[in-house]
Amino acid sequence: MDAVLEIAGLRKSYRGRKGVRRALDGFDMVVGAGQVHGFLGPNGSGKTTTLRTLLGLIRPNGGRMALFGQEVPRHLPQVAGQLGAIVESPQFFGNFTARDTLSLLAEAGGVRRERVDAVLELVGLRDRARERVRTYSLGMKQRLAVASALLKEPRLLILDEPANGLDPGGIREMRTLMRNLAESGMTVLLSSHILGEIQLICDHVTIISAGRRVAAGSVADVLARNASASVRVRLEPGVDLIGAAAILKAKGAEVTVQTDHFVVGNAGNPAQITRILAEKEIYVSELSPVEADLESVFLELTGTGPVEGANRQVDEVGAGWGQ
Amino acid sequence: MGSVSLAKAETRRLVKRRFTRLFVLCGVLVLAAVAAGVLLTNHKTGPEQIAKATAEAQANYQQTVLANDRIKQECQRAQGTPDASNFPPNCEISDPAPSDFDPKWYLPPTFDFRESFGEMVTTFAAVLALVAYIVGASFVGAEWSSGGMMNLLLWRPRRLQVLGTKLGVLLSWTTVLTVVLGVLWTAGFYFIAKARGTTDSMTSGAWQSIGLMELRALVLVLVAGALGFGLASLGRHTATALGVAIGVTVVLQFGLAVLLGLANVKFPEVYLAPFWVFAWLNKQYVSQDFKTCDFSPTGGCQPETFTITWQMSGVALVALFALVVGGAMWTMRKRDIT
Repeated sequence: MDAVLEIAGLRKSYRGRKGVRRALDGFDMVVGAGQVHGFLGPNGSGKTTTLRTLLGLIRPNGGRMALFGQEVPRHLPQVAGQLGAIVESPQFFGNFTARDTLSLLAEAGGVRRERVDAVLELVGLRDRARERVRTYSLGMKQRLAVASALLKEPRLLILDEPANGLDPGGIREMRTLMRNLAESGMTVLLSSHILGEIQLICDHVTIISAGRRVAAGSVADVLARNASASVRVRLEPGVDLIGAAAILKAKGAEVTVQTDHFVVGNAGNPAQITRILAEKEIYVSELSPVEADLESVFLELTGTGPVEGANRQVDEVGAGWGQ
Repeated sequence: MGSVSLAKAETRRLVKRRFTRLFVLCGVLVLAAVAAGVLLTNHKTGPEQIAKATAEAQANYQQTVLANDRIKQECQRAQGTPDASNFPPNCEISDPAPSDFDPKWYLPPTFDFRESFGEMVTTFAAVLALVAYIVGASFVGAEWSSGGMMNLLLWRPRRLQVLGTKLGVLLSWTTVLTVVLGVLWTAGFYFIAKARGTTDSMTSGAWQSIGLMELRALVLVLVAGALGFGLASLGRHTATALGVAIGVTVVLQFGLAVLLGLANVKFPEVYLAPFWVFAWLNKQYVSQDFKTCDFSPTGGCQPETFTITWQMSGVALVALFALVVGGAMWTMRKRDIT
């Protein structure tokens, strides 16, 4: 599959009063043509810096970036026509209407005027297009931002938090829109915090933490690679759950007891569980692998899961990924 | 094609903005009020007005002669009494001369186009320079603060071309506005002079001089617009340009003027911008240092002078333009847009 977006060893530092902060620390990313690619990372991990750098808004300190096989930012003007993007919260001049805003962008970019009506229809703003943008809700501004990104019929659509501010119906519409765009052959790069949405929409994913890539690949591969060897064990009714767990613990198992079952964390060979318990005449009624979801993988890889009794600060990540 | 479409879009954006329309309207209303004021306070002077002024001058002369005679009589009566000290010795009171009552002083104010239109060009330039500065600052400042500039750069990732096109559009629009209003301003005052004054002494040389002054006024307006634009772009907000304008006016002009006065600096006007603007429009400004001699109203002493020429002012305007616009372009090229 051809790569429409390639980033290798991207570095960006900011100088502040507290010294140099590395926002991107050798970040790598590849997005193939036709993918709906999720771009995940905790707050301050470098997602928006990556997108801004890719779009020529921020100058990198090092690394290589390419869009459609052409080096950027040097060739960005040549590929900009194939690229639609919104970065962070949508921002527009409040006194213009949505139609004015889009028609000015269309004129500046040499896009056909008919596209304005088409994208307004597509994002559901047709009937509100003649109202000033300052009267819009956050969700409507978000729709307008998506409309502006779609105006040039891009081959690659980059959306930073497109579901931000949308109501549940709007989120579902946005999901459908993303799918339709992907089916039409458009490559979509989607940055979001709503991991459930990413899992539903995206086929590929890149996870960034502290300015570095910590996972990449198809969603299924990332989940499989990071799935734990945990199994859920349910016993026959009336059997002493705590006693059974103690037997397994005595044999070295990592057991977490729940209300009506327990989970064995290091179950590399689940057959051992049935054998050990059967020797004590305890019989298992259910033995099923615990499936990893994107949220748990994300929290595990980025080290941003909640820690009991601690308040995690922005920029704090788990051991091993610090700057 | 690309640059043309961008320029067309930016022109639409500029004229569509309410802020632009509002400030142009305000400028036009101020200019209209000035023109109306001149129209209402000036009058045509024909034979009728001259006869009336001559009669009034004559009557005043007669009244003064009578009053003088009365004072002389009072003086004569006071001789030998203590009141004599209230009058000149020997009652030497000179009679008024008829030439002291020139009828032209009794004429109503009249608008002499050749004499007075220069001041009107200065007014015109000041009002339009203010409008251009504010509109220029808002045009790019609102784009930066609303995020519109970032959106535009996502479409047109050529920073200098985008900022340069915006500036070009602003200066072109300002030129058209200034020329159109300048023609209306000149024509309006020509007709005011026709109706309420005189255009008799307007030779081709006088018209040429007015034309050149208006050309210098156009340059001043364009530089003001570019400065507002450049400062707002440097600060990425309209308020930066407005803050600088207020700071310069309050601190660097009023404050400096007070400080220069206290320090008894020679030619303090040289340090103050309005005199450089005056010199630019009126070809020169002569600053005089009255402390260099014992000045007497009867003459005899010429104070030391320093002349600010229009060429010196022109160099200052070009330097200011290059510094601010060059700085805005340089930061546009270098900065991270976050």
